[in-house]
Amino acid sequence: MVESAVILVHTTSHAVAAERVLRQAGLQVKLVPTPRHLSSDCGMAVRILAGEQSACQRALEVAGVLYDRMETIV
Amino acid sequence: MIYLDNAATSWPKPESVLEATSRCLRDVGASSGRSAHRWAQQAERIRLDAREAVAELFGVSDPMRVVFTLNATTAINIVLFGLLRAGDDVVTSDMEHNAVARPLHALAERGVSVSVVPCGLDGALDAGAVEQHLRPNTRLVVINHASNVCGTVQPVREIAARLRPRGIPMLVDAAQTGGCWPVDLATDGIDLLAFSGHKGLLGPTGVGGLAIADGFDVGFLPPLVYGGTGSRSDEEIQPDVLPDKYEAGTPNLVGLAGLAASVRYVLGRGVREIREHEQRVTRRLLNGLAEIPGLRVFGAGDHERQTAVVAFTTEACSVSDAASRLDEDFGILCRAGLHCAPHAHRTLGTFPHGAIRFSAGAFTTIGDAEHALKAVAHLAAMRHG
Repeated sequence: MVESAVILVHTTSHAVAAERVLRQAGLQVKLVPTPRHLSSDCGMAVRILAGEQSACQRALEVAGVLYDRMETIV
Repeated sequence: MIYLDNAATSWPKPESVLEATSRCLRDVGASSGRSAHRWAQQAERIRLDAREAVAELFGVSDPMRVVFTLNATTAINIVLFGLLRAGDDVVTSDMEHNAVARPLHALAERGVSVSVVPCGLDGALDAGAVEQHLRPNTRLVVINHASNVCGTVQPVREIAARLRPRGIPMLVDAAQTGGCWPVDLATDGIDLLAFSGHKGLLGPTGVGGLAIADGFDVGFLPPLVYGGTGSRSDEEIQPDVLPDKYEAGTPNLVGLAGLAASVRYVLGRGVREIREHEQRVTRRLLNGLAEIPGLRVFGAGDHERQTAVVAFTTEACSVSDAASRLDEDFGILCRAGLHCAPHAHRTLGTFPHGAIRFSAGAFTTIGDAEHALKAVAHLAAMRHG
C-alpha cells in the first residue's frame, strides 16, 4: 500500500486553496474528510502522497497558503 | 425599457452570471464549509473562485483576506462596531450613505465621538480638511469612495497618504466604485474596503464583503456575528482565522457562484474599459441635461470626477412625480428621493425633497442616454413649453 499523508488546515477555504495550488504544481492531491484519529481545526483535509510532502510544503509556501501541519498515515 | 438604476443594483447581469447561478442551484446541492463530500468540495471551490476573483480585482495578495458578507452594509458594520469604543473618535464626511451614518449615530450614543468633515457643494472632500479633523484619539477614518447620490469620487489615495504616518486606518465604502472605478488596496493605501457584489461587480444581490489589506492586523477587530463556520467545531470560541472569523453561518453560495462569474467578467472586460464606457454615457447625460431648461444638476458635473451617477431636479414637477412619469410614460427606471443618504442631500442642497437620479452601468448605451434625455426634455417642457 502506498503511504499517504494528510495536510491539516484551519478552514475549508484553506483546504480547497491548497488543493488548487498542489494540483497546479502537478502533485497528487485529494480532498478528504479529516481522519477521526487526527485532531484538526477543520473537517476537510488534503490527502497527498507521503513521498511528496516536501514538494507540497514548498508549493504551499511559495503560494502563501497556510496550513496547520502534515501527518503521515497508513 | 431603459434601466437607469444601476447605483441601486446593476442590470442586466452578464450571461455567465445567469449560467453560474443556475448551475450552482442545479448541480451543487451542498453548503460550502460544512462537509467533505464531493458536492461540499465543489461548493467550497466555488467560494474560493469568488474569493480569488475579488482579491485580484482589489489588489489583495491573500484571497483569505476577502471576507464575504450579505452586503457592503454588513461589512461596514463589522468594522465600525468592531473597532470603535467609547472615547474613540471617528472621522467621516457629510456625503455618507446611511450604511455609514446610521451605525455611527448608534455608536455616538455609546460614547464614540464622530467628526464630520464638510464637503463642497459638488460633494467633493478635501484631503487636507480630513487631516485637520484628526485628533489624538482618532481611531478610524471612514469615507464613501463615491457618492451614491451624485457620483462624486473622493480622493482616497491622498487621504490615505495623510493617515499613514499617524497609523490611523481607513475604511472605504466602495459600494459605488467596485468594478467601475480603479480600486486597489495596495496602491491606494486602503486598509479596509467594504464592497457590494451586485452593483458594479455585476453579481446577484445578497453578496458583498470586506477586503482587508495584506498588512492590516485583524487581531483588534472582533467579529460582528458569531456562529458555525465548519472549523473548530469542538470549541465555543469563534475561530480567529481568516476568513472564518467573520463568516459565521451558511454562506450565500448561489450568490457567490454568480459573483465569481461576474468579477471574472469585469476582469476580462477590464475596469478601465468599463470606466471609459460609463464616462462616455455620463458625459452625454451631463451635456444633455445642461441643455434642458428648468433643470438643476447636482454634484461635480464632470464625467472625469464622478461615477455614472447623475442627480438633478426639474421645476416642472416633484422628483417623485418625475420618476413616476419617466417609468409609466417613457419606460425609464430611475430612483427619486433621498437615496438613503440624507446627509449627502443636505450637502448638495436637495434636502428634504431629494433629487432624480439616473445611474448608468456597464451595459447602458449612448442610445439609452439619448432616449432618457428626450424624456426629461419632454417632462421639463410641460411647464416651460
